[in-house]
Amino acid sequence: MENITSPISGQVIKILTQVGQEVTEDTELVIIEAMKMENVVYCDGGTVKEIKVKVGDRVQEDDILVIIE
Amino acid sequence: MEIIRMIQSMGQGTAFAHFTLAHVIMLSLGVLFLWFGIVKKYEPFLLVPLGVGCILVNIPGTGLMDPGGLLFFNYQGIALVIYPPLIFLGVGAMTDFGPLIANPSTMLLGAAAHSGIFIALIGAKLMGFSIAAASAIGIIGGADGPMAIYVATKLAPHLLGPIAVAAYSYMALLPLIQPPIMKLLVPLEERKIAMGKLRNVSKREKIIFPVMMIFVVLILLPPIAPLISCLMLGNLIRECGVMERVSFTIGGVFLDIITVFIAVAIGSTMSAENFVNVQTLKIVVLGLIAFCCGSASGVLWARLMCKMSGGKINPLIGSAGIAAVPMAARVSHNVGLQYNKRNYLIMHAMGPNLAGVLGTAVAGGIMLTLLGVM
Repeated sequence: MENITSPISGQVIKILTQVGQEVTEDTELVIIEAMKMENVVYCDGGTVKEIKVKVGDRVQEDDILVIIE
Repeated sequence: MEIIRMIQSMGQGTAFAHFTLAHVIMLSLGVLFLWFGIVKKYEPFLLVPLGVGCILVNIPGTGLMDPGGLLFFNYQGIALVIYPPLIFLGVGAMTDFGPLIANPSTMLLGAAAHSGIFIALIGAKLMGFSIAAASAIGIIGGADGPMAIYVATKLAPHLLGPIAVAAYSYMALLPLIQPPIMKLLVPLEERKIAMGKLRNVSKREKIIFPVMMIFVVLILLPPIAPLISCLMLGNLIRECGVMERVSFTIGGVFLDIITVFIAVAIGSTMSAENFVNVQTLKIVVLGLIAFCCGSASGVLWARLMCKMSGGKINPLIGSAGIAAVPMAARVSHNVGLQYNKRNYLIMHAMGPNLAGVLGTAVAGGIMLTLLGVM
């Protein structure tokens, strides 16, 4: 189990994955907008167990976005 | 015959009769700004109003820039130095100085990236500009638009237009200017360096910082007090935690509005009469040299710091030492992503970037002090 955290504080603008999806290290999981930039969040690969945020949420650095199994 | 004469005089009344080649050049430039802003999306907030301003003043016979005209009044915001402090107020309210407070050593990068200012200053002096004009041209290299306007109004008001245009257009074009320099100077391995997390900065530190800066700058460098005091007032409003609504307004809506005004005003200095001459060309070239040298020396210093820190600092953040906030930091971040897509350099690059804002202000302050302008 791995907690994927936000690398930066900003706003969730897109969620590109869903619970149960098999993801690889190239899968784009979540896009966080910060400093007028879209920041893509990746993981090491696995299955998405839980998505902790929704579009529009403000997140801080290190907040958990997605849990990967 | 009477009818032909009437048609002729109608023709004289429209703009067509007064168009010259210089107008056509400037109008094309205005359209080019729009194209870069709208199609290429390089800082549309700046380039779109700038382009419109440029187009408006280059259609002859409108009188918009004559005393009493629409653009004349707007231009007073620059001529009387009203807009630059207001921009700084907004920038202060939207800027988190945390990355700079967390990692004060990045101050060095902010200082290093300002060598461009002095290189352009020397270049301008060699090209025959007076020392005051050369200083004002040099400050373009700081990549801080409001500061460039501020210094130019004090030292070389007759060159304000080209200086402001050069500063703002190179800021918008940073994503084109900087990456080749960064890739040239930083070896592939060092570009991939991921940097550790910044330490948390407490609320107390963030509140003390702007208050402290007001004292330091006002005591040591009074000539730049109008800008820095506004920057720090905006920042204190942001960080004090009891003025959230005001902070959002000043850092958001208010800043957007002033940016439109200042960009139109800069565009409106670009009349064919003022602009199409060799002097403008010299300033534009010197500005570009200043930007390139500044970016390069920031990157080289960062490489030195990378070596000294045992490879903990990614040299790509060095180019962010010029003051274009947050454009230069974004360029560092995006170049870093090309080599390591999980590398989030943005907050690390904000350290030198914020130091760059203060660095340009200090450089401007020193120039104004040395040249005896208050």
